[in-house]
Amino acid sequence: MTDFAVKDVSMKAAERTKPARNYSTDLAARGEPMVFAMGGSLAIGLIMIVGILGLIAWFGFTTFWPQPVSVVHTKDGKVIAGEVFRSESFKPTEAQLSALPDDERQRIAEQAGFAERTLYRVGNYDLYGEDFQWLNAYDVASVEQPHGLVYMERQEWGPFVGRVAAMTVDGTATDAPGIDAVQVAVSAGQDRRAAIIRLKQEDIAENSRAIEALRLDARSAVLAYGANDPRTAAIQADVAAQTKALEEKAAALNTRLAELQAEDAKYALTLADISGQTKQQPLSSIVRIYQPNDIGFFGAAGVYLDRWAEFIFGQPREANTEGGVWPAIVGTLAMTVLLSLLVAPFGVMTALYLREYARQGRLVSFVRICVNNLAGVPSIVYGVFGLGFFCYILGGSIDQLFFAEKLPTPTFGTGGVLWAALTLALLTVPVVIVATEEALAAVPRSMREGSLACGASKWQTIRWIVLPRALPGIMTGLILAMARGAGEVAPLMLVGVVKLAPELPLDLSWPFVHLDRSFMHLGFHIFDVGFQSRNAEAGRPMVFVTTLLLIAIILVMNAAAITIRSRLKRRFAGSQF
Amino acid sequence: MSAAELLDEAPRKVDEYGYEPTAYHIKAGDHGANLNIEDFSLYYGQSRALWNINLDAQKGMVTALIGPSGCGKSTLLRSLNRMNDLVDGVRTTGQVSLDGMPIFGKAVDVIALRKRMGMVFQKPNPFPMSIAENVTYPLKVDGVNDRKVLAEAVESALKGAALWDEVKDRLDQSALGLSGGQQQRLCIARAIAGNPEVLLMDEPCSALDPIATMKIEDLIDELKGTYTILIVTHNMQQAARCSDNTAFMYLGRLIEYGETDTIFTNPQLKRTEDYVTGRFG
Repeated sequence: MTDFAVKDVSMKAAERTKPARNYSTDLAARGEPMVFAMGGSLAIGLIMIVGILGLIAWFGFTTFWPQPVSVVHTKDGKVIAGEVFRSESFKPTEAQLSALPDDERQRIAEQAGFAERTLYRVGNYDLYGEDFQWLNAYDVASVEQPHGLVYMERQEWGPFVGRVAAMTVDGTATDAPGIDAVQVAVSAGQDRRAAIIRLKQEDIAENSRAIEALRLDARSAVLAYGANDPRTAAIQADVAAQTKALEEKAAALNTRLAELQAEDAKYALTLADISGQTKQQPLSSIVRIYQPNDIGFFGAAGVYLDRWAEFIFGQPREANTEGGVWPAIVGTLAMTVLLSLLVAPFGVMTALYLREYARQGRLVSFVRICVNNLAGVPSIVYGVFGLGFFCYILGGSIDQLFFAEKLPTPTFGTGGVLWAALTLALLTVPVVIVATEEALAAVPRSMREGSLACGASKWQTIRWIVLPRALPGIMTGLILAMARGAGEVAPLMLVGVVKLAPELPLDLSWPFVHLDRSFMHLGFHIFDVGFQSRNAEAGRPMVFVTTLLLIAIILVMNAAAITIRSRLKRRFAGSQF
Repeated sequence: MSAAELLDEAPRKVDEYGYEPTAYHIKAGDHGANLNIEDFSLYYGQSRALWNINLDAQKGMVTALIGPSGCGKSTLLRSLNRMNDLVDGVRTTGQVSLDGMPIFGKAVDVIALRKRMGMVFQKPNPFPMSIAENVTYPLKVDGVNDRKVLAEAVESALKGAALWDEVKDRLDQSALGLSGGQQQRLCIARAIAGNPEVLLMDEPCSALDPIATMKIEDLIDELKGTYTILIVTHNMQQAARCSDNTAFMYLGRLIEYGETDTIFTNPQLKRTEDYVTGRFG
């Protein structure tokens, strides 16, 4: 029965003039290989992204956890103390091998000629001249983690590993003080240091600024009236009198500073390293001191959090390889916000004209191609352009017009946060233009027609109907631009980012936003710490932590922008178009 | 061949179709504005979409435009408030005048023209705003921001569009939460809130269910007399039910134009009869 029916169908198919369809579908036609290829590429991409993020997160989050300090006795009688930094396999040279006893040589031969070695962070750079030391496994006699050792972070010379031999407080020395007493003395020392810094950075610096302002007044007078004018002479006399008073005040402040410093010198620790070498360490120069082999989990957690707090809110020290990145965080955020404020209106207005007003023709297509190509220009080219045009030409002209008395010291005529933001705005504006154009094109025609039919003008339609609907798309472009701007480093090195800028672009002194100031940036910080510092090995953990922080900041900014965007989208959720 | 001459002739039921504009027995009204279309042609670039249309939409009356898809009835309607200006490469000849005022020409203020003509589209297109904001949009365009005036306009327009009772408690809610039929009546309310003289409706019921369609048709019945209404429709029963005069278009030409009863019961041309009886189209 079934056979008959099949035959019948095939006969009918043969009778038709058209050939019969091919009823079997092979794998390629079903697209199975393509599904595997697509899924595979997604998987590879995900693995790479998760891998890099995981690596950064692992190193970033573990760096600040206090490690125990090991004391290693070598076979030739040396003793070193330090944190285990990392271990690796290496191939000993022939000379090294021939110096070894037979059983060690045998063991190395069994491992295909490889031996183990460990890098210890021994600290005490002031005593040894290096922070790290390699120890070959075959040289080690014994490893122990004795109690009572201290690990100390200092304002200078990196960490110290050893013991506290004596403590001098206000001229009185005590031998082998307890760790609690030392920690109390350390925090008192930090207060003294803070007082000295306050005096230097606030009172003395303010006085110097006042003297500088007076000098600029005199210079302005010379520029305005000429050197021989009686008015200039009057102003100069006035300035001289005021300067004299201020200089007396400066002398008094310096005396006070000397007093504070002399007082501070009475407090010190006598440190001894593991082999007995001693060193005097002023108490106020100690950032943190703890006993790594005795603190236990909660003590370690306390040190960990304290280090994070210092990292986020502190000032950098030790050529940026230690301490905090607060100035870099503020600089990055200030520049990114400024960049968004500049790029948003500029890009959106450009796209509005291109899409809504310009006659769509060859010229507009050409402009569009140019805009798209701008996104492909190497970013360093923007940096060079920003330095030449913004800093030297624009900034130089501003200095000539408004800050003539300060010349030859440039005010705007050098790198600064405004020029950096403008340069990055130029770099990211194609992204905003393209995204805005697409968002505008996606606004349904029926909306525009509805508005126009109500008698609205083109501008009213754009303002009340088109722009609100395109806003989520425009926000997407802005998010992309912001993320690109916050992560860019190369052009910034030319137009305002510096290694160390203690004065933030945002602070509490008038006018609060200092657009002319150069600033620190997390991206540049990574480059600087990782590749430009005295001791790349010591800076390496900071590279990961700073990268983690930069990624976290970009994530937070994007999340904020995406939240705003989805809130906007929800307004149009019920739309049927 | 003029309308008067055609009247004298016996009904032409022939198979060769002449495309002369044909018009007779048009019902005339007293309110609203006259819309006179004279020898109007429209081109999209090289192709011609409308061929020498002559049509007088009587004031206060409902004029239906019927014809098969692609015959140019929507194009004609969208020409009347210059919506076709938005399309690149559109060119027109002939003239349309609204109460004697020409619609085409460089001196014409298109925005002022559109304020005199409300338009309702095929798909409901409420703006993503509240119901009240949708209705007051034409007033916002005019710069009116007196809350009392706006509130009165909302009430009268929504009552005019027979929507007031359904939405009076949720005027500040999004218009996108309304059903399709309510959205379309909201669009009618928006069109009449601007107090126009002419109401152009481009297949206002094609996206709606029968109940919603019935409500819109009732509404058209109520609005007639106050506004001159032009309605494009695919639905011949709808044209028969709610229009006074009907124009049959085919291939960009106006074939026959006359009183609705005549067009549907006793058309002069064979092609019209074939279409209204459902033999083609």
